[in-house]
Amino acid sequence: MSEPVLPLGGASYSGLVTVSEHGPIGQVTFRGDLSSEAVKAAIKDVTGRDVPGLREVSGDGDTCVIWMSPDELLLICGYAEAGGLVDALTEKLAGEHVLAVNVSDARAAFRLKGKHVREVLGKLAPVDLDPAVFTPGMVRRTRLAQVAAGFWLLDQETAQVFCFRSVSEYMFNLLKTVSDPQSAVGYYSA
Amino acid sequence: MLILQCPYCGVMADETELHAGGEAHIKRFGPGSSDEEFEGYMFGRENPKGVHFERWRHVNGCGKWFHAARDTNTMEVFGTYTAQTSTPPEDLLAQIRDKRPGFKWREFS
Ligand SMILES: [Zn+2]
Repeated sequence: MSEPVLPLGGASYSGLVTVSEHGPIGQVTFRGDLSSEAVKAAIKDVTGRDVPGLREVSGDGDTCVIWMSPDELLLICGYAEAGGLVDALTEKLAGEHVLAVNVSDARAAFRLKGKHVREVLGKLAPVDLDPAVFTPGMVRRTRLAQVAAGFWLLDQETAQVFCFRSVSEYMFNLLKTVSDPQSAVGYYSA
Repeated sequence: MLILQCPYCGVMADETELHAGGEAHIKRFGPGSSDEEFEGYMFGRENPKGVHFERWRHVNGCGKWFHAARDTNTMEVFGTYTAQTSTPPEDLLAQIRDKRPGFKWREFS
């Protein structure tokens, strides 16, 4: 296997929050009928995680299953484990109408850490990030400024953002801009 | 700003997360159809001041296509529903009849 190459070589920035490129991480796209018992059992068996509910993440930051749409999941695992995960799912679900593909290099991931994390995301996405509305364990696919992206909260001060690799530089510059220490608004965090 | 609830992921999505997909419930006429039928399928579109049915896609979101019923005049949204149908759901039509008595849109009223 060739060496993984991060889109931005592990870029990081420190401002209102710390922004760090995260990875390499294993990413597997899974499509199928998420209500099927066979699918639920196979996902649980292979990842150790339950199929998440609507717009939820099951698991922790490094191994988790993310709800992407009513028929799509994103499985996050170690970079080297993605291939095995695809093989195991494909074998277990032989004969079912499903698809599992290793897309580890297709997306970039960023970790945002700091008490202003809601504020930083709130400047970019048309999403209500009120602590009572958006809580850790929920995922939101949306846009950040001009590109499609998604994010979830690992805890009250940590978020993980994902976007396509092709827009990773734009995303990093965007996250840096809204994390400028001079740009605090104080809407979500006094 | 137009805000539609995606029937697939439940998100109240504002216009910037959505992509407009034109008129809803257009019946395709292909090979073997008459010239009039094909012309109607290809070019005939409603342009109402009032109740309208449209297709939208939650493009910056779950990615799914869905349907929406709204008033082009007041911007009131009557409701959204899945793409797996060729007619608006009856409860939505009833609600629109209630709010816009006598409305007519293609074969729906
Ligand atoms: Zn949606």
